Formats: sequence, structure tokens, C-alpha cells
Amino acid sequence: MLKALVLSPLLAAGIIGIFGRRWSERLIAVIGCSSVGLSMLLAVRVVFGELWSRPPEQRVIWEPFFSWIASGPLRVEWGFHLDALSGVYILFVTFVGFWIHVFAVGYMRGDSGYARFFAYMNLFMFMMLVLVLADNFLVMFVGWEGVGLCSYLLIGHYFDRAYAASAAKKAFIVNRIGDFGFALGVILIFATFGTLRFSEVMGAIAARFPEPEALGEIGLLTTIALLLFVGATGKSAQIPLHVWLPDAMAGPTPVSALIHAATMVTAGVYMVARCSELYARSLTALFVIAVIGGVTALLAATIGLAQWNIKKVLAYSTISQLGYMFLACGAGAFSAAIFHVVTHAFFKALLFLGAGSVIVALHHEEDMRRMGGLKRVMPLTYGTMLCGWLAIAGLPPFAGFFSKDEILWRTWTSPVLPEPWGRLLWAISWATAILTAAYMTRLIVLTFEGEERFARHAEGHRLVPRESPPVMTIPLLVLAVLSVGGGWMGLSEAYTGGRIANGFEQFVRPALVRVPLHSDPLRMAAEEPGHGMELGLAAVTTLAVLAALIWARRFYRRDPLRPAPRLLQNKYYVDEIYAALLVRPIVRGSSVLLWKVFDVALIDGAVNGVASAVAACAAVLRRMQTGLVRSYLVMILIGALIVLGYFVFVGSRLPAR
Amino acid sequence: MGGHLLSWLTFAPTVGALLLLFARVLMSAREETIRRLALALSLIPLGLCIPVLMRFDPTASGPQMVERAPWIRFFGFNVDYFVGVDGLSLWFVVLSALLVTISILASWRAIDQHVLEFHIFLLLLETGLIGVFVALDLFLFFIFWEVMLVPMYFLIGIWGYERRIYAAVKFIIYTMVGSALMLAAIISLYYLNGGTTFDILAITENARAGRLALAPQTERWLFWGFALAFLIKVPLFPFHTWLPDAHVEAPTAGSVILAGVLLKMGGYGLLRFNLPLFPHATEEFAGLLCALAILSIIYGALVSMVQPDLKKLIAYSSVSHMGFVVLGIMARTEMGMQGAIFQMLSHGISTGALFVIVGVLSERRHTRVIAEFGGLARPMPVFSALFGILALASVALPTLSGFVGEFLVLVGTYTSELAHARAYTVLAATAMIFSAAYMLWMLERVLFGEITHEENRHLPDVNRRERLTLIPMAVLVIVMGVLPNPILRRTDRAISEVKQAAHGAVLVQWESPGWRMPNPALSKGAARERMGLMRRR
Repeated sequence: MLKALVLSPLLAAGIIGIFGRRWSERLIAVIGCSSVGLSMLLAVRVVFGELWSRPPEQRVIWEPFFSWIASGPLRVEWGFHLDALSGVYILFVTFVGFWIHVFAVGYMRGDSGYARFFAYMNLFMFMMLVLVLADNFLVMFVGWEGVGLCSYLLIGHYFDRAYAASAAKKAFIVNRIGDFGFALGVILIFATFGTLRFSEVMGAIAARFPEPEALGEIGLLTTIALLLFVGATGKSAQIPLHVWLPDAMAGPTPVSALIHAATMVTAGVYMVARCSELYARSLTALFVIAVIGGVTALLAATIGLAQWNIKKVLAYSTISQLGYMFLACGAGAFSAAIFHVVTHAFFKALLFLGAGSVIVALHHEEDMRRMGGLKRVMPLTYGTMLCGWLAIAGLPPFAGFFSKDEILWRTWTSPVLPEPWGRLLWAISWATAILTAAYMTRLIVLTFEGEERFARHAEGHRLVPRESPPVMTIPLLVLAVLSVGGGWMGLSEAYTGGRIANGFEQFVRPALVRVPLHSDPLRMAAEEPGHGMELGLAAVTTLAVLAALIWARRFYRRDPLRPAPRLLQNKYYVDEIYAALLVRPIVRGSSVLLWKVFDVALIDGAVNGVASAVAACAAVLRRMQTGLVRSYLVMILIGALIVLGYFVFVGSRLPAR
Repeated sequence: MGGHLLSWLTFAPTVGALLLLFARVLMSAREETIRRLALALSLIPLGLCIPVLMRFDPTASGPQMVERAPWIRFFGFNVDYFVGVDGLSLWFVVLSALLVTISILASWRAIDQHVLEFHIFLLLLETGLIGVFVALDLFLFFIFWEVMLVPMYFLIGIWGYERRIYAAVKFIIYTMVGSALMLAAIISLYYLNGGTTFDILAITENARAGRLALAPQTERWLFWGFALAFLIKVPLFPFHTWLPDAHVEAPTAGSVILAGVLLKMGGYGLLRFNLPLFPHATEEFAGLLCALAILSIIYGALVSMVQPDLKKLIAYSSVSHMGFVVLGIMARTEMGMQGAIFQMLSHGISTGALFVIVGVLSERRHTRVIAEFGGLARPMPVFSALFGILALASVALPTLSGFVGEFLVLVGTYTSELAHARAYTVLAATAMIFSAAYMLWMLERVLFGEITHEENRHLPDVNRRERLTLIPMAVLVIVMGVLPNPILRRTDRAISEVKQAAHGAVLVQWESPGWRMPNPALSKGAARERMGLMRRR
């Protein structure tokens, strides 16, 4: 079952990739969407039909496939492993993926690379499913790099535009920096545990390292955890490797929705949750993750406030939301992180698709300065975008509220973060929530409200924005429904006074570790701050967000084109700093110093120098071979004299044996 | 041919070369006929690889399909004609046969002068290539090793580009320096072993059992006699400067064989001779060679990144990739050495194919300068897809062949007993980043972006012959990445025997006087000193 689920999109990708160029758009669309649809149905069946019906501790399905690499002590198999965590992932990945594929049928209409696009999208689905269903680190790495490859191919979909090609390359290389750390982490895991299979590694960790490594202690587990996390910062665009994601918006909008918002970029969170057994044993790693997540959330939100490109606003928003998820992981609340991954997939995919709908209506205009007033002509897009807007801002009862609030609360009460970092990071994420409300309101106001700022008569032809066709609006509606109601599945116990347990947490808990380790569950329950506190904090946040929404709406309606500070518009100059400190010195140094001076002048010069020296000697020696017996006699005489002299003057002084 | 399978395999190309000559002389065959005939003749050794693969028993120890006959008997100089394959050589034989066929296909249009001579040289070269790998007699090995240089010299010197003579001479001199030292080492080894046999297996067995008692200083000299020849071939930094010139000036077929097979002889030689015969010296110099391997990996990648010429870029990338081979071999773990073999095979296929790719471009545009291209994905979609797959295999993307080799080398190095295994692993792993940088930047400049040169707008996509050349290579790269085990399994036995020879002897004889215990601090100092000397020079 798992094999069919994973291989269905691969098969479709192969068929479309090989034959698709001669086929009609309709046929390609049918194959491309139905393969993902099939995966979705199989995912529903295997998760609800097989996994759900078992008792919580036995919710694991393992399907070995065939041996991949066997060398010395290393044995790696292609094998799939389904538990509650990967179950949640395959459900929302295939679901959101399916609807984005449907949307893309309309969005990509008429594109010259239609077949190529769907082949790559299907390949991406395959790689993503491999990533989440892998039963060992190396197969996960296949998916990990595979989604990166598809991301590269799809960012570069419009490959004849220089910026798209360059953005694709940047995404791949920056991800490779992360993967460098990830690969070293995998090697270190193998060297430590002698296996790469998750179940064996996690079991061995629990047995060999019962006590967590303390804060500030860089032990074996911390090293592994941090190396793997380097990979996560790359894939999930966290500081300092976040620079590729905004550029990745050069790809078609469904790609941004699927890969760069809903699924691939959350792979880092998945990996950390998958290794929660490991991370829970390194307080240093948890602390680093929490701080990087919190700082990324805040800084990305500030940048989002200053961008004019609608997709870039959403890109920075994604970085910021991913920061939230890592903050949750760092606070030890892995289940809250995964919950936010799911709700974020719903509302961020919705927002991207909504933006895509607008972009198509305006003939590929992405600059919000040339939008405005679209709510009259695009009521469906506008209405669904409003749902996404309130969901990401985190107003109850929209989906984002429940997951974001859970993260804030878990950060406040984190048992693993040192004092006063829990409160401090809570304050940071609280500020981020307000900023989120502000930049999203700005996006909505600039795009849909106020006066029209697009040119209705550009380049001779009339531009009449129209609502998108049903093939694009139906996915919007589906995702809007989930953005509104999807949060209830993870309703915190506080709202029912503890009568109804948090369903989402209940489901994924067996696949995750409980933090802190080794505490008496009874004492933990007693020590947990009360529900009243949780509700109180939620109320404070909600009121602040509401105030921010109202203020931002008034502010941007009055002055929509007010520019933000230079520092924010230029994204804190991170790209420029990297170019000046890393890229240019390496390229210049390699070109001038290594190649031209060292390689050509020094090494090759020395080699050629030796060669010409030999040639010169040979030229001199050749003269000696005159063919005259007399001169040879002279030389023999000189030689004999030298030998004789040696024995007379030097040889006599040698000690006799 | 049952009992003489390997001889047939080795000399079928020679016979083929003669047949080509007859076809011209007796039937005055035209150029097109010569090409077709050469292609058909090159398929014979490739076809003969199938029974070799089928008969090969992965579980058996020692060489298989052995043939042996006395050859030269001259004043106690006992040279045998002695051939056979084992896990070390098996796949290189297959690789050689495959790449010669690919080379002939790739040269179809590019070679239009002296067509007959070209194919004769190519087929003679094939005998040399296969002979090197199947020879089990040191003297025979050396003869094949030298024989192979001659056709290569002419391939570069006659059918090459502008500076072909310079490149050919440089190639020959570099290699000859190595060969001369190796010949001296072979002769000394012959007499030190008792002067009765050149049988590699017998000498290896003596070394393993401690009967070949070499004085430490002698072992060092012999080690370097062999190692220098191999390291020049690999090529390891700083002996690599012949490679960019030879590659750039060689015709496509020459580059394919150079990168695909000739470089592999270095790695093969280290595994076959240096590790089992001179385990103590290997132990002593492993640190130095690993350091040079790391330098090759990083230096090759960085210099590759800034090359304006496509062929030179790929040539320097070979330096980087082959650094992994030396690192894996010197790690002397199963994973490291199997990784090295796999890396060589993968590099042979992917880099060989990349040279064909460059050939396709230079046939169309008569230039290889990257800046002359750009936006080719539009007029040449199939070509671009193939280029992409092969380049990504070179970047070591998982599920493509390059990943298996590099990952095994990295794991093998990390888990080895080398003094600074961790540092080596971390430094070598940076190639993940650099290889992505040079390959993807190159792809971006050649395939993507707007079309900047009008003449590129209507370049024809790959034709049927070119597809026939490139698609099998691309498929192989994927199959090797997904299913590496059929290859790895057949090297298992031989590799574990090399490992035993390399480790066992060291453990036994460490105690004996004259061999100081390997001291990490000391050998590090020694390595540093040597590097200092080199730099000053």
C-alpha cells in the first residue's frame, strides 16, 4: 500500500516527462492530478483504515522494499515507515498537493512548459512522500535532496529569464550548505550507532543516553542534533540560510504554494520531530533551535512589512511562520509544531493560490503598487483570501489561532528552555503575531481595497481583471474551509476545561517524545500552570492582534504606498553581505590566486621549467658528442683524473673497514 | 573460446584493428564503412563482457577465468602470460569496453580526417586498457601500461585541437616519469621476492605471509615507485597539471577514454599493488596522501568553478572527484575502498558522458567557451535534459551514481583508523557545496537565461546517433544510483582481501624492529614538512 502510494506520482512523472511533450494539456492535467489524487485516497485509507484502528502504541506500519547500499558494516534499504507523525504528513501533503495540482491546471494554461511543469510537480510529490515515509536517514536524505532538486527545477521553470535561473541555482546551493551539515550528521549517526534506521537509532539513544545533555554541553548527541539542524535551517529557510526562499518566488505560483509554503519547507520541522528522541536529549540543541526560530520569526515578519511584491510578502511570512514551528520544537512542544505545520499548510497554500489568482487576473503583475480595488471584480478570491488573512493573523476561531496560540503557550511554559528565555521568546513571538497581523492586513488592503492602481490600457490592449475559472476557485474554497475550521482538531484542553483532550496531540503523541524526560507524569500535571493562565494569555494576544488588524487597516487605507524603512526594504542587506564576504572572495580567489597564479604559473611553471631545463642540458650535452675520437679521449682522460683525484684526496680519509 | 575468454576479450580489438586495415587495403572501404565496421568491432569485446559477468562468482576468492602460459624465459627472467579478473578489475574491464564503443559513436562526425587510423588507434588502445586490468603478471601489466600510451599519444597529437602537440608531449612525459619509477620498482620487487616470478598473486601472498621481508627504507622506496606512477595518473594534486591540457586538446574520444578509463588505472593500481604489497609504507604515508586528496577535492572544485572553457571545467572537476578515490583507498575500510571503486565507475560514466556532451556542443558551434552559450534549453530540450542528469550525477545527487561513491568514501573515511579521520571527512564533504556551485553555475550559463548569441537560436537538438550515445549513459547513471548493489557485491570479496592484507600485515609486523609505531603527531609533522617543501619548490 505504501509503495503504491509513493510510486504513483513517480510513475506519472515518468510518463509525462517522456511522452508529455506531444500530448494535449487536458491529458497531461488528468494524469498529473489523478496520480496525486490516487496517493491522497491511499493515504486516507492507510491512515484512517489501518493506522487509526490500532491501539496508539501499535500505530506503526513498516514496509521494506529492497536493499539499496550494502558495503562493509553499512546496510541501507529502501524501506517505508508509517506512524502517526508521517501519517499526518502524508495526509496533508497529498491533500494540499492534490488541490494545488488542480489549481495549476488552470494557472498554467497555455504555458509552453506545461508537460515539464506537471512532470516535475509529480516528481516532487514522490520525493516528498519518500522524505516523510523513509524508514532510515539515508532514504530520508534521498527525499530531502530530491525535493530540493524539484524545487530547483520548478523555480527555474521560466528558465529563459535570467533571474529565475539564478534564483534556482541559489536555492540549490544554499540548500546544499544545509545538506552538508545533514550528511555529516547522518555519517556521525552511523559511526555512533552502527545503523541508520530510525527505529533502531531512536531505540539505541533511549538505551545508551538516558540522561539529556545539559545546556552548554557539546556532547555527541548535541553534535549530531546540531549538524542535522544545519540541514533544517537550509531546507526550512531559517537564519542564516533563509536567503534562498524569497528568490524562489521566481517560480510559478502553484510551486510557491506547494513547495515553498505548504510542504517542502516544513521538512526541517518534520526531521526535528522525527528525531525528537534525539533532540529531547540535548538541551543545547533545543535552546539553539528555539532562539533561531524565534529570531527568524521576528526578523522575517519585519521584512514582510516592507516588501512590494505580493509573493515576497508571503515568502517572508512563510519564513516567519516556520520560525514559529522551530520555536515550538525548541520549547519541546513537537506536537504543537506539527499542528502548526498542518494549519499553516492550509492557510498559506490558500494565500499563495489567492495571490496566484490575482496575478493571473492582472496578466502576471506581482507588484502590489499596481494592484488595488480588486474585491469588486474578484469576490471569490477576495472572500477566500480574507479567510486566509484571519487564519494567519490568528483570530479565533480560524485555524491559525489554535496552532499559534498553542506555540505561544508552550513557549511560555517550556520545561526545557532556561529561565527567562521561555518568557523572552514568548514576548518575541507575541510581537511577531502583531507584526503578522499588520503585514497581512497591508497585503489585503493593497491588493483588494482602495482604488485601482493597475493600468487598464497597458501596451495597447485593455486589461480587464476577471474572477478566475472554477478550476482555480474551487481549490481556493476547499482550502478556505479548512483555514476556517481546520484548527478545531487541535483544540486545547483549556477551552473545554480539560474535559476533551487535544485530539491532534493525542494522535501524534505516540510518535513523539514527551518532554521533559523522566518526570513523573502526575507531578508534571500538577506543575503545569492552570488553564486560566492559558486562556488569559490567549485573550491578551487576541486583543493585541485585533487592535493591530484595525490599526493597520486604517493606516494602509489612508496611505497605501507609504515606503518602509530602507533597512527593511533591503532585507537587512544579508544578500549583499554574503556576496561581499563569501561569494566574491571565493570566486575571485579561485580565479586569480588558485588558478592563474598557483596552478598555471607555479605548479605548471615548475613542471615546464624542469622540462626546459632538461632540454637545455640536452642541448649542451649534444655538443659533446662530436664524433671526434680525439675529444672523446680527452674526456676519458679528464674523467679518469677526477676519479683518481677522488680516491687520492677523499678516499684516503675514509675510515678503513 | 570457452577457456580463453579474457584473451579474446583483450585481443579482439587488436584483431579488429587488423580487420579494419584489411578492409581498407583489400576492399578499399570508404570512411562511412570504416566507421560502421569499427563500431561493430567494438561491440564484440562489449558483448564478451556479458559471459564474463555471468561467469564471475562474487563469492570466490582470487582471480577467475585465469589463463596462464610461460612467455619469456631468459636468464632466470620468468615472465608469464597470466591474466584473470577479480572484484577489483571486473568492472573496469566492462567500463573500458563500454567507453570505447561510446567514443566511436561520439566521434562519428567530429573525426573526418584519417578516419581509418583513428579507429585503428582507438581499438589498439582498447587492448591496452583491458590488458592493464586483466594482467596478473607484473611484467605483462607494465607492458600493457606502456602500450596504451602510444595510441593515446597519437589520438591527442593528431586529432586534437590547436595546442595538441604540446598537450600530447606533456601527457607522455608526465606519464613516463611515473612509468620509469614504476619499472625500477617492479624490477627491484622481482629480485627482492627471490627473482623467480612476476606473478602478482604470488608476490602479494608472500607479502601477506611476511615472506617478502622488505627493509623499511626499501619498502618506502618501492611504495613511492609505484605510488608516483599511479598518483600522476589519478591525478592527485600537485601532479594534475597534465590533465587540463590533455583533456582540452584531446578529441572527444580521447577525453572520454582519458577521464573514463586512464585515470582509473591510478586508483586500481593503488588498490592492487600499494595497499597489499607495502602495507607499512601505506600506513606511514596515508596521512600525507589523504591530505593531498583533500587538497585535490577542494582545489579542483574551486579552480573548476572559474574556468571559462567547458572542457577545462570538467577536467578540473575530475581532479576533485578523483580526490575522493584516493581518500577512500587510503582510508582502507571496506566502505572507503568500495566507495572509491564505485566513485571511479560513476565518474567514468558521468564524466565520460559530459565530455560527449561538450563534444556535441563544440561540433555545432566550434567553440567550448561557456560565454558563447546560454539559453540552449529552448532550442535543445532533450540535450538539456541529458546534460542536466549527467551534471547532477556529478554533483552526487542521491539516486544518481555519484552519490553512492561519495557517501561511501565519506562514511568509510570517518569510520577509519586514520589519525585525523574526522577532519578529513568534514573537509571532503565540503565538495557537496562546491560541486553544486560549479556544476549548477555552468548549467545556468549554458542552458538557461536568454539566448545571447543569435547562432544558438536554431541549434539542432541531439540527433539519433547522439541520443544512442547519451541516453544509455544517463540511464546507467540512474540505475547505478538506485541499484548499486549488483556492482558493490562483486567487489566485496576482493576488497575485504585487500583490507586484510593492508591491515593484517601491519598488525603482525608493527612490533618488529625498524618500524616505529605510527605516531599521529609525528606523521602529521612529517606531512607538514613535506608539504612545506613542495610549496617552496
